[in-house]
Amino acid sequence: MITAASDGRRMVVAAADQAALALGIRPGMTLAHARAMVPGLAVVDADREGDATALARMAAWCLRYSPLTAADPPNGIWLDITGCAPLHGGEAALLADLLERLARGGAQARAAVADTPGAAHAVARFGRDALAVVDPGTHAEAIAKLPVGALRLPDETVTALRRLGFERVGQLAEAARGPLVRRFGKQVALRLDQAAGRVFEAIHPVIPDEMVAHRLSFVEPLLTAEAFGQVIDELLTAVCAGLEASGQGARRLDLLFERVDGSVQSIRIGTAAPSRHAPHLARLLRERLETVDPGLGVEAMQLRVPQAEALAFRQASAGLLDGDAPAAGIAALVDRIENRLGPGSVWRAAAVESDVPERAVAAIPAIGRAPATSWPPGLPRPVRLLDPPRPVDVLALLPDHPPVAFTWRRRRHRIRRADGPERITGEWWRRAGEEAAVRDYFAVEDEDGRRFWLFRRGDGIDPATGDLRWFLHGLL
Amino acid sequence: MQPGSHITGLSALRTTIARLERRAAADRGATPLTFGLPRVDAALPAGGVMPGALHEAWGAGPQVEHGAAVALLAAGLLARGPGEVLWVLEQRDIYPPALAEVGLTPNRVVYVHARKPATVLLVMEEGLRHRGLAGVVGEFSGTLSLTASRRLQLAAERSGVTAFLLRRSRCFDDPVLREPSAAVTRWRVGTLPSLPPLAHAPETPGLGPALWRLELIRCRGGEAHSWIVEAFDATGRCRLVADLADRPAAPGADRPTAPEPRRALV
Repeated sequence: MITAASDGRRMVVAAADQAALALGIRPGMTLAHARAMVPGLAVVDADREGDATALARMAAWCLRYSPLTAADPPNGIWLDITGCAPLHGGEAALLADLLERLARGGAQARAAVADTPGAAHAVARFGRDALAVVDPGTHAEAIAKLPVGALRLPDETVTALRRLGFERVGQLAEAARGPLVRRFGKQVALRLDQAAGRVFEAIHPVIPDEMVAHRLSFVEPLLTAEAFGQVIDELLTAVCAGLEASGQGARRLDLLFERVDGSVQSIRIGTAAPSRHAPHLARLLRERLETVDPGLGVEAMQLRVPQAEALAFRQASAGLLDGDAPAAGIAALVDRIENRLGPGSVWRAAAVESDVPERAVAAIPAIGRAPATSWPPGLPRPVRLLDPPRPVDVLALLPDHPPVAFTWRRRRHRIRRADGPERITGEWWRRAGEEAAVRDYFAVEDEDGRRFWLFRRGDGIDPATGDLRWFLHGLL
Repeated sequence: MQPGSHITGLSALRTTIARLERRAAADRGATPLTFGLPRVDAALPAGGVMPGALHEAWGAGPQVEHGAAVALLAAGLLARGPGEVLWVLEQRDIYPPALAEVGLTPNRVVYVHARKPATVLLVMEEGLRHRGLAGVVGEFSGTLSLTASRRLQLAAERSGVTAFLLRRSRCFDDPVLREPSAAVTRWRVGTLPSLPPLAHAPETPGLGPALWRLELIRCRGGEAHSWIVEAFDATGRCRLVADLADRPAAPGADRPTAPEPRRALV
């Protein structure tokens, strides 16, 4: 299938799907030529305005990843992910998540992260992989090998450059600037500088209208952390009032600093539970202030709530049920720790119904439903679980005697007392390879009274159950 | 100035200081975390492990690396009171089912992976400022300066949250552990060969409760002691073994001299 659009005089192919591309149809071909190549080609009129609207909507959707996103017609979206990557587990994880969600929605996409918008643009469109992370400081090398077409230049300029023998961006970057500018105008030099980061390139972010937000601009540009702190308090008062009016609490807050030089810096914080408690949010924002570079000064600040959840008014506890009260207080503590250490660093352990020790514990969010169940009592379980289990040399009688001695880290432990075996069989419903697998666990005590948790792979009779190697899995 | 005003001024200061010092535990009417062993509890000035204070503990000999017994000690003591516990880890090697086994159920513990020793102290202090918690446990492998320990102690005093600092180290007899700290008590916990599971049939195979040599190395307002106790069971009970109590902790005496302790149970 292709879409067709008028080029003024003739109909040309505007875009082609995978099947059409495979048949040799390229955008820019005349429609008549395409029809001649592939009889029975499905042609749809291109809807440029509809495309632009859809792209803008997609850019707004991308706000889930970053406070600064913008549509880049005809087929791109800018995301300024400065400082946002840790919230999604790193840059590569963010991109992978973005691509996966887009693919689920039926959109094929390529993504790249780089130090400059120009380099990211080039690598995303002309790079080898659909997902590319250009390490900081290496964007110049990353784009040097790409064709000159990657520089966002008009088609005529690209053709002319090719004719002069410039194939790669790297060749162009090494060439003398003077003749280039005289021949092609300033644009080539500008694009080169933008890609290399010598010229700043602003992106114009989209702002969805239903968002709670507040903006303050200043007569004199602000520079100091104390001044920012005061502004944060004022912005929060306004934003929290807005949240209260709509019965919501913030899960994410973006604080944007509009600098005198026209660029924008941002701080993003997340909360474990919806909150509109201004002092708490102020504290979270202040802790991140050191990451902001005010440059020559900040002339306006804006606080936005891109993600909010319903937060009902809660009646103060009457103290009749003791169990209800403390959870509310812990959310603030968890937020402070998590915003400092990064997501995933605070958790609760929940019991999972599994006999395999490493699967019996799951990490769940610290705020939310507390785990209701515990593990079955009465079984010896180690305080420290070694992950992965360490292989040890063991002296033991087969098939079911506990070990007599074992060597771990070149130290020999003679075993005085032992308990076991506790047989744990593989969970075939999780992994096919575990169908016959067996582990025999022994809790043992050495001459000094130290206790260890050892296991043997296999039951000692049937070789299919395991290779009879011994492992130390924990310390009791 | 009259000569008598010095005396009144001094005594007023003394009362203020006494009030400041005791405010943490006494004024709030907090109950100490008792072992349930009269001999051990009597040796501690608060009648148990004082709430709203910093306590340090580490494993004896090679156990200082993993600190399994001290983790159970802290968990078992905190399980006696209600409320939530913040457990700050440097390495993610704790296995929560073992803590549940001594009574600290998973719905009461929030874990934090701090990764670096300095961050452990930072997170602990943050937690200690939070009055809603029952306790903060930190596993720490770095060097603890006197200032850092005093910060933790002050934060614990102010909020009434009990703090346990479990010292871990890769070397057996780390000189770092002998440096002074502001902790109210300092414990060293070593293991001893345990008693047979059935006292009347010593040849029966199997494991009975673990045996700990509990050494109180330093105690503010009290004396150093050493006891031999059985490890906590699921209800948090422990038993004192033999009449070795009331002997001051001998430095360096990590290993028992006799292969088996006496079997009398008190």
